[in-house]
Amino acid sequence: MPVESVFPRLEPLLTQVQKPVQYVGGELNAQVKDWDACDVRWALMYPDAYEVGLPNQGLQILYEVLNEREGTLAERTYSVWPDLEGLMREHGVPQFTVDAHRPVGAFDVFGLSFATELGYTNMLAALDLAGIPLEAKDRDESHPVVLAGGHAAFNPEPIADFIDAAVLGDGEEAVLLITDVIRAWKGEGSPGGRAELLLRLARTGSVYIPRYYDVEYLEDGRIRRVVPNTPGVPWRVSKHTVMNLDEWPYPKQPLVPLAETVHERMSVEVFRGCTRGCRFCQAGMITRPVRERSITTIGEMVDAGLKATGFQEVGLLSLSSADHSEIAEVTKGLADRYEGTNTSLSLPSTRVDAFNIDLANELTRNGRRSGLTFAPEGGTDRMRKVINKMVTEDDLIRTVAAAYGAGWRQVKLYFMCGLPTETDEDVVAIARVAKRVIETGRQVSGKRDIRCTVSIGGFVPKPHTPFQWAAQLDHETTDARLAKLRDAIRADRDYAKAIGFRYHDGKPGIVEGLLSRGDRRVGKVIRAVYEDGGRFDGWSEHFSFDRWMACADSALADEPVDVSWYTTRERDKAEVLPWDHLDSGLDKEWLWDDWQDAVDEVEVDDCRWNPCFDCGVCPQMGTDIQIGPTGRTLLPLTPVGR
Amino acid sequence: MARTPEGPPPPPVVQRLRIRWAKRGRLRFTSHRDFQRAFERALRRANVPVAYSAGFSPHPKISYAGAAPTGTASEAEYVEVGLQERVELEPVRAALDAALAPGLDILEIVEAAPGALADRLEASHWRIELPGVGVGVAEAAAEAFLVAPEVKVERLTKDGVRTFDARGAVARLGVLDGSARGPLDDSARGPLDDSARGPLDAPGAQREGREGPCAILDVVVRHGIPTVRPDDVLSGLRSVADLVPPEPPRAVRLAQGPLDEATGIVGDPLAHDRDAVGASGIPSTA
Repeated sequence: MPVESVFPRLEPLLTQVQKPVQYVGGELNAQVKDWDACDVRWALMYPDAYEVGLPNQGLQILYEVLNEREGTLAERTYSVWPDLEGLMREHGVPQFTVDAHRPVGAFDVFGLSFATELGYTNMLAALDLAGIPLEAKDRDESHPVVLAGGHAAFNPEPIADFIDAAVLGDGEEAVLLITDVIRAWKGEGSPGGRAELLLRLARTGSVYIPRYYDVEYLEDGRIRRVVPNTPGVPWRVSKHTVMNLDEWPYPKQPLVPLAETVHERMSVEVFRGCTRGCRFCQAGMITRPVRERSITTIGEMVDAGLKATGFQEVGLLSLSSADHSEIAEVTKGLADRYEGTNTSLSLPSTRVDAFNIDLANELTRNGRRSGLTFAPEGGTDRMRKVINKMVTEDDLIRTVAAAYGAGWRQVKLYFMCGLPTETDEDVVAIARVAKRVIETGRQVSGKRDIRCTVSIGGFVPKPHTPFQWAAQLDHETTDARLAKLRDAIRADRDYAKAIGFRYHDGKPGIVEGLLSRGDRRVGKVIRAVYEDGGRFDGWSEHFSFDRWMACADSALADEPVDVSWYTTRERDKAEVLPWDHLDSGLDKEWLWDDWQDAVDEVEVDDCRWNPCFDCGVCPQMGTDIQIGPTGRTLLPLTPVGR
Repeated sequence: MARTPEGPPPPPVVQRLRIRWAKRGRLRFTSHRDFQRAFERALRRANVPVAYSAGFSPHPKISYAGAAPTGTASEAEYVEVGLQERVELEPVRAALDAALAPGLDILEIVEAAPGALADRLEASHWRIELPGVGVGVAEAAAEAFLVAPEVKVERLTKDGVRTFDARGAVARLGVLDGSARGPLDDSARGPLDDSARGPLDAPGAQREGREGPCAILDVVVRHGIPTVRPDDVLSGLRSVADLVPPEPPRAVRLAQGPLDEATGIVGDPLAHDRDAVGASGIPSTA
């Protein structure tokens, strides 16, 4: 049955909204496949504005992986801004894909990628606009399977009532596995309806179907246990791990939008996973082990991607790109290849201890010299031992001295506030570090126009990390500490003008904390916020802390728990955590020991260069660290733009 | 003294290209900035040897002529590019067109002769479709507009509400009947012959599968400060004759160029270059 484009009905509305181009599709390298020639159809959503969602690597990868498959199609959809949402409701236009403007409700799978929990209300808005019942229990065979992925899917319990399924970990192989299950089930004439399809997915052992698990609670509000309620459903669901990134060189044809977006560059993931072991970092914990992409595949992807896009910037992505075993060869090879073509290279995340001037010079050879960013994260050596950052203040000073000495004038430093065991002194110490950075810069450069920007984020404890048991700092204390730090920075007039200070108040972090470590009862809060008009919670102009708190008060009124129970309460070892049945590969005992080491200020090294510390991932998942060096080099090519 | 980068200065401009392009279909919602980014990437993908400015932040030598507003289609947008190496025109036109999304179409490239292109873009020829508006109603409104010595309209700009006269810039305002047209082909190719052909034959003249009345305004507007846009003409019709279209109007710029005041016909701004040097693509005059 052909599915008609909603564009004729959408088009008259577009003249009445801001930035209409974000809704029309037509991106370079976008694909529209024949609906009737495909039997498994995915609508992929990044539940935020187009300008944020379009550059998302995860969604672009899955879009290509699925569309390369015969008989399978994938289209994309993004959150519509409130101006268009109002018009769509008024005129009965459903949530649509930007590729062929097909209604999202017509697809087999509605897959959402959650990089952050703050997209949950946007998911509900999209479901409702799509005409899909908000709660999974109210859906039937005519509705898509609503599937959550991305880092937030490692604890999807707060949205368990709204999703049919969740996938943990890498998506490339998982989406194909799900496609095969759906194709087989449809081919058999959809036996047993929706329940049968979901059961088949659950029985693969690697797709989490919340409805097949019951959560039992203790009287005090803690979880008693989480148990499968249907035969054949596994007790624990495993994450997916792609082991050979060279076999999955996606995106091959990155999307190039007409609209302006947050990242406009050719991004290549140089490795996945990180074993530095920073205890606050959920991304580093849940993506283990480290799997490097080889220098030759990186070179091929950059070349093909630049030709396909015309981008002027190459981003070498990972959780800590300078840790790639051949990063010097990669950057030098690329800088040589693109010499004279106005193509710049960037490493979005560089550790203090992995930075060196040769690397920095290669990065700026063909492009502009932008600022350098480092993340000491904590203000004192003690604090950095707690979080296992493995970087000292002297390391930082040596690095910034090298940078200022080589001609940089501006350095950005990223810190966190609210870390476990943190005191006011740990945060105020950031001012002293910043002054020392400026002083060092002035000395080595002999100039006064040295700047540094201190940027502070609030720490939110995350599932599957050693800090999953920790108490989150309340927002009043967070704000008070940041005020002290601001005063300390401003106090010394010789430095105050050279130090920029950027921070956010502590309130959004509390909502993020509620959603990160919440359980199924938090779903009622999300729904209440959505129904009260909550959208785009990641945007300060749309976020309302008061609305979240008011909705939580009423939605949790009959429960023995409240927002502070979920956020500022420390958990003990025996507590069943809402995500314990979801397997990131990390051994819970190891996480607990690492949490105790944190409190004792004991550091743990990186297993890439040291013996295994038994985090549990490799034996549990049948995986292994995959790193170079390969000893190969980049082949000379005639690059685009020359 | 200003710092300059090490190394030799960038190569000079040896050839300048003048390009006519179209914004069609759903891509009429691209803004001018959107097009600029897309065009600069297309130049890179198509391997066009664009010349760059000197300095620490080299910029490509591109200059854009006055852009059609976001949401309006156009068959006659212009951009000029300076090159550091000479090129054949047709291969570059084809490569650039292929490097842009369908709907942003490179129609013609000529090599620039002396004289500024911007000086030749004196006026625009617009077609504005008014679905749901009868021809009689539109004609009466147009009549009222034309007899008025001055029609003050307001427009919200970055600097607040600005009031100006929309009447003085209008060199021609006619009404056509678009209600009985066949299906629209917004991307129809073919000579865009403003001087030798009836305006109804031009692309963008017809609407897709719509029933009911549809008046079409055929307007020639002189460029000025501020430039009077289709929106402003519609605001003027509202103020002189209470004309309020029930559906959003659709505007397409058919031509930009020198204005023959006697006939109200907009000529081809590239004719001079084409005659002097050479061209590739579809000329906009017969």
